[in-house]
Amino acid sequence: MMDFPLLSVLILLPIIGGGLLLLCKQNHVLARQLSLVISVTTMLLSFLLYSGFDASSHQMQFVERLSWIATFNIEYYLGIDGFSMPLMILTTISTVLVVIAGWQVIQDRAAQYLAAFLIMEGLMLGVFAALDAILFYLFFEAMLIPLFLVIGIWGGPNRVYATIKFFLYTFFGSVFLLIALLYLQFQAGSFSILDFHNVSLSLTQQIWIFLAFLIAFAVKIPMWPVHTWLPDAHVEAPTGGSVILAAITLKIGGYGLLRFALPITPDASMTLDWLVITLSLIAIVYIGFVALAQSDLKKLIAYSSIAHMGFVTLGLFIVFRIIANDAISLGIGNGEVLAIEGAMVQMISHGFIAAAMFLSVGVLYDRMHTREISAYGGVANAMPKFTALAVFFAMANAGLPGTSGFVGEFMVILAAFQASFWYAFLAATTLILGAAYTLWMVKRVFFGEIANDEVAKLQDINSREMLLLGSLAAIVLLIGLWPDPLLNVMHASVEHLLLQITQSKL
Amino acid sequence: MAFEVPNMLFALPEMLMLALCCMVLLVVAFTGNRQINLVHALSQLSLLLTFLTVFWMMGEGGLTFSETYIKDPLSDVLKLAICLVNMLVLSYSYSYLQARKLLQGEFYVLALFATLGMLVMVSAHHFLTLYLGLELMSLCLYAMVAMQRDSFAATEAGMKYFILGALASGMLLYGMSIIYGVTGELGIQAIAAAIANEELNQTVLSLGIVFLVIGLGFKFGAVPFHMWLPDVYQGAPTAITLFVASAPKIAAFAMLIRILTEGMGDMLGVWRDMLIMLAILSIMLGNILAIAQTNLKRMLAYSTISHVGFLLLGVLAGSQNGYAAALFYTLVYALMTLGGFGMILLLSREGFEAEEIEDFKGLGQRHPWHALMMLLLMFSMAGIPPLAGFYAKLAVIKSVVDVNLLAIAIVAVVMSVIGAYYYLRVVKVMFFDTASERPQIAATTSMQYLLSGNVLAVLLLGLFPGGLFALCARIFS
Repeated sequence: MMDFPLLSVLILLPIIGGGLLLLCKQNHVLARQLSLVISVTTMLLSFLLYSGFDASSHQMQFVERLSWIATFNIEYYLGIDGFSMPLMILTTISTVLVVIAGWQVIQDRAAQYLAAFLIMEGLMLGVFAALDAILFYLFFEAMLIPLFLVIGIWGGPNRVYATIKFFLYTFFGSVFLLIALLYLQFQAGSFSILDFHNVSLSLTQQIWIFLAFLIAFAVKIPMWPVHTWLPDAHVEAPTGGSVILAAITLKIGGYGLLRFALPITPDASMTLDWLVITLSLIAIVYIGFVALAQSDLKKLIAYSSIAHMGFVTLGLFIVFRIIANDAISLGIGNGEVLAIEGAMVQMISHGFIAAAMFLSVGVLYDRMHTREISAYGGVANAMPKFTALAVFFAMANAGLPGTSGFVGEFMVILAAFQASFWYAFLAATTLILGAAYTLWMVKRVFFGEIANDEVAKLQDINSREMLLLGSLAAIVLLIGLWPDPLLNVMHASVEHLLLQITQSKL
Repeated sequence: MAFEVPNMLFALPEMLMLALCCMVLLVVAFTGNRQINLVHALSQLSLLLTFLTVFWMMGEGGLTFSETYIKDPLSDVLKLAICLVNMLVLSYSYSYLQARKLLQGEFYVLALFATLGMLVMVSAHHFLTLYLGLELMSLCLYAMVAMQRDSFAATEAGMKYFILGALASGMLLYGMSIIYGVTGELGIQAIAAAIANEELNQTVLSLGIVFLVIGLGFKFGAVPFHMWLPDVYQGAPTAITLFVASAPKIAAFAMLIRILTEGMGDMLGVWRDMLIMLAILSIMLGNILAIAQTNLKRMLAYSTISHVGFLLLGVLAGSQNGYAAALFYTLVYALMTLGGFGMILLLSREGFEAEEIEDFKGLGQRHPWHALMMLLLMFSMAGIPPLAGFYAKLAVIKSVVDVNLLAIAIVAVVMSVIGAYYYLRVVKVMFFDTASERPQIAATTSMQYLLSGNVLAVLLLGLFPGGLFALCARIFS
């Protein structure tokens, strides 16, 4: 088992499969079946990562290392730890959902649509598994191409503006990442990310590198004020595109901070933690209010995504405040672990919840062809089964205890109390704001009188949609009630990360 | 002084090429345009034979003909690239020229003599041989650009190219004469030795370098000496643009390396600042002006200007890695340019030039495979992985970062984001807009296969760039 190149297979299977799909041009049925087989196989294989994972170690596992571009010492270097493994499983599950979600809906160029998503899956898995900086950058950038096409070809009326904006924003961020990586290679002598972790840098160097990382990953997350591409992209993207955007591409930003910014530039992160914390709190509070004012369903969820991702960045950087407090009183305590694990749980849980929310909007959109909240009303009367599930996801989005949405937010807020009461206070406003915009939306869409004839004629969800939403509901509930299987695999990696960031590089 | 018999073998490819050129010239002279297919085949054969000769002679090298001529790994690789690129150019051009009644013997004769000029440039190690090769190539190119006599744009482009090209040659010669005045030498090696060992008047030497750099800048089309480039690219028939845009840049790269790094390597401090200006201005102006273009040929011309800027970045790094990166960039650039203009040729047909960006509208629905090829080319030119263009940019930027010119690297990458916009626009037109009409592809199947192979090479080089990188690095180590 040790010699089986599982990570390479996971990356290449969907990419090659996607290439094959391009060959069955007009045969939609074959394309759908093939893509389902490939994505389910990839998902099942990714479960092997979980079962074969040694949770007691922070070392990279399933490592594959080959020379790739010998002249520059660039390697084909893959490996996973407790941070990347859950995100990879999130990716493979989301892709299966996207394939099923597009089953009937996408009739125009279905083979290419599915191929784009499979190729994207392979590239995203590559992002999480890459341990060589250039390999990471390659996957990180290449991923933009299929997503650009998905939004541009299968998107809504304003898709061209949205997709070019999305591409240029993220590309702009990532070129600074490239410069930072090249500079680090110049200092460290190799492109291995693990070598970057050990390279010593002065504070000035660290601050510049940190800012480059922050620009690159803040655009992806997205953090206020570089978030404006996300609502546009979400609104125009087809349902599958929105799901992948919300569930995974945003997580790549958070993952990037974990993998690069914190361990490579710990002192700069410490020095500039106020910046990220401020931006995160703005995202949580201000964007929460913005979400309240939306009249478009997808826009509302997009803004709520930004607010939820604010918790991720808050959790990651509040650690430095806790460490600063602990140095005076307690020594290494529980708060740091809570903050980082909270951020991780929040990423995974938001991945599932946002996917579910966008799929629910997709269900409505497929029937009514509008996303305006005002066009709906009293959907519960026509679609009782769907309403039950959608309300459950809305509750999860608002952070109801018992759902996964609660776990991450609660952990981060608890940790924030150890840093400062005011951070925790501001972060906790999300419980009110999130509940406000979500429940108000639920009230306007699902409850009340039946708004018009079209709503009255709505068909309830079919078994395919039931399968999609039902399985997501099960996952959200499972993580909410029993988060241990998720937390256990991270402990070692989180402790190792804390060790790295508490050791000054100066 | 004993008479030394020069090692003729080092110039065997050029001599063979000359003989073959004369043969094709004779065939054309006697058959006119009646046997044009024969001429085409003979021209391709000439290039192939030269390619094989260069390949067969690879390895041993050195100076010959009283140190005016050099055969080294750099010249070998560049010659192989030139022959290969020109073979592709001739294949791509065939049906385009035929449809426009430009498929004449003159085209092949001029193309072959221009190739000979490029081969001489690549191997020249003396200012005179260098100039000889340059003029042989340039004069052929001027004539080729103006070949479509009844086209106003083409004749204007030819005139412009000729006048500015002559001006550039004048600058170059003036620079050479100043260098000769200071060092008393014309041979590259002798000049390098003189700069290293003698007390020379630095001011005059620098003045000479200024003129040399201006001349080189003209030939490359670097800002502010780029004025001719968009007009020539747009005005010339696309097949000729393809010829002018690809292989001559490879030859110009050789000239740049011979003069600046091999001859004036010790004067790095002087020419680096000049190249920094040229490179930054080229990258900025090229990328920004390309946004405003609606004509694809003109857009690619501005994109060429920005590519030249990137290429210069590698040279101005002044390190072996930098030169290797610039070489890699040149080769990848030639491959991408072939694909880009090849695509225009592919979609052109009798009485229709597919040179407006709008002409690519809905290509994704009409011809998905060709649209995919164009997509790969555009993303490669924009520098998105995993395509060859990304590694070319990566290598030059890495070499600039390695010598701590961080600010330049940052300007370059920010500008490449601006550049991405106009490449994306082509992709947008192809995939996001719907086609108004659905014309058939007129190009031959063999050309379609060759072009697909060309683009797939860009992709393959993106996935496995290690071999070419190693080759480039070995040349400059």
